[in-house]
Amino acid sequence: MTDIDTPVNNGVNTEALLGAREALSDAPEAAEFTWRANCSWVGGTFSQTTVDGFSGLGQEHHHKTPYSFDADHPECFASEDRGATPPEILLAALASCLTAGVASVAQHRQIQLRSVTATVEGKMNVLGILGADPDIRNGFNDVTVQFDIDADASREDIQAIVAQSQKRSAVYDMVTNPTRVAVEVS
Amino acid sequence: MTASATRIPVVIIGAGHAGLAMSHRLSERSISHVVLERGEVANSWRTERWDSLCLLTPNWQSQLPGSGYSGDDPNGYMSMPEVADFITTYAATISAPVNSLTTVTRVSAANGGYVVETDRGIWVCDSVVIASGAANIANVPAIASETPASVTQVTAMAYRSPNDLDDRPVLVVGASATGVQLADEISRSGRAVTISVGEHVRMPRCYRERDVFWWMDKAGVLDERHDEVDDVVRARHLPSPQLIGTPDHRSIDLNALTDRGVEIVGRLGRISDGVAQFSGSLANVCMMADLKMNRLLQRFDDWAEGAGVADLGPSTRFDATRVPSPARLELSFAEDDIGTIIWATGYRPDYSWLDVPVLDRKGRLRHDGGVVGAPGLYVTGLNVLRRRRSSFINGAERDSEELSSHLQQYLERGVSN
Repeated sequence: MTDIDTPVNNGVNTEALLGAREALSDAPEAAEFTWRANCSWVGGTFSQTTVDGFSGLGQEHHHKTPYSFDADHPECFASEDRGATPPEILLAALASCLTAGVASVAQHRQIQLRSVTATVEGKMNVLGILGADPDIRNGFNDVTVQFDIDADASREDIQAIVAQSQKRSAVYDMVTNPTRVAVEVS
Repeated sequence: MTASATRIPVVIIGAGHAGLAMSHRLSERSISHVVLERGEVANSWRTERWDSLCLLTPNWQSQLPGSGYSGDDPNGYMSMPEVADFITTYAATISAPVNSLTTVTRVSAANGGYVVETDRGIWVCDSVVIASGAANIANVPAIASETPASVTQVTAMAYRSPNDLDDRPVLVVGASATGVQLADEISRSGRAVTISVGEHVRMPRCYRERDVFWWMDKAGVLDERHDEVDDVVRARHLPSPQLIGTPDHRSIDLNALTDRGVEIVGRLGRISDGVAQFSGSLANVCMMADLKMNRLLQRFDDWAEGAGVADLGPSTRFDATRVPSPARLELSFAEDDIGTIIWATGYRPDYSWLDVPVLDRKGRLRHDGGVVGAPGLYVTGLNVLRRRRSSFINGAERDSEELSSHLQQYLERGVSN
């Protein structure tokens, strides 16, 4: 039985997002955002990255508190394993971006989610990063995301939500499409 | 300005099906007007399409106000010469006041009306109907400039037939009706073909023994209004459905191309150092197209059941799009010996002559169902102008009725107020 008095609530304010879409379409300069991260080498392959400020809507913003990420290599790479590997952080970014999209799209389509989990795998041949075989790329050959979603919806509707979340995902776009990267030394 | 101007209440720009339909409606309402045409009637259909193209819509649907298809093949699809003849006959039937070989060079607002400048004189009018078409300029992405010089670049607008290409492999960019039709015929000519596929619209030619346009017509899809659809900007810029009009009524989806040996790759993301890179999102755009097609078929089924339509074939679902695994992410123009890139990346209207501030920041005409944001200015013949049907020839029937009614009221209210 569906209780028609209980509104769908995935905790996403889609009305605000739709309002922003409308407003920013008329003020495209305000839609230009810059995201930043600051990384410091600690020792060995261990580094710490902090995110805090970003700009958008014509002004500077700060997170409620700075967030940091510890990155290192595991012991089988002769490192001390003081943090996640950078490729794992990328998988985390992809999964969390798609998951946020699933919640938003489901809210917009008035579908109540009960649970959403994603298992992400990236396959990599390390002969690439070791420089041992020039025909093997450094990065992932294949990335798979397995969503397990419990919701008041048909399998087709859930597939459509997941498909739409890919269509609107920043990290999915960055992983699947070429991106210009400029690395300079100051 | 030295030439003397001709005064007339209404100028229609373009003698295609949409402009002529408006002309007929204005004549019915005894509103004096002229139709200015840069070439001959049905110019774009005559001169800007590839040789094998046939309409996506069946003949029975080619109905314009006051006249329609009357041949003996209602379920067939007109070739471009047949479309040009159809529209030319229509222009004669309705005695449209067409000035051919008259190119509009500027439209500007003046004294509560408009001045229409052409290479054959000036018209001063109260109202202008823009019917110059949705597909005047072929879109070519900025990355095209990185294409190696050894590769010939051809837009879908300039392409005529495989005979004009050299024998080397071909990369077709875009998977609308245009992209899949060109990939199909170039593959049939014996050349190796790769097609780059972004978001696309998959549709079977026939479903349950009826043409897909029969279903869209009957089930009310084509009559969804511009102010009813979920996202009209998106609806207006959707790629055309993957359809082809052939005597055997065959479908032309990506699986059909794969069966022919065409290689499917993702959306073209970048060309750099002689290498084209394709998006890894191919599986998702195919999944979305399959899901949307199945939703459409379900809507057809539901309508047929509700309407109690008998003598239909059984309800079926088509195979999911087969995505190559792994799909290729890179193509070297030299190693793959690519001879030609075909840019089937869409078209856009040309409003370079329109000197009235009615374009948005992307150069698109701002309008509400064809009523442009400047008094007395109208547009017709665009995708989903007033309803989904507007994208097809038959859309002009009701669009012209409604817009001419609006136009008449505008003239009667008094233009200068």
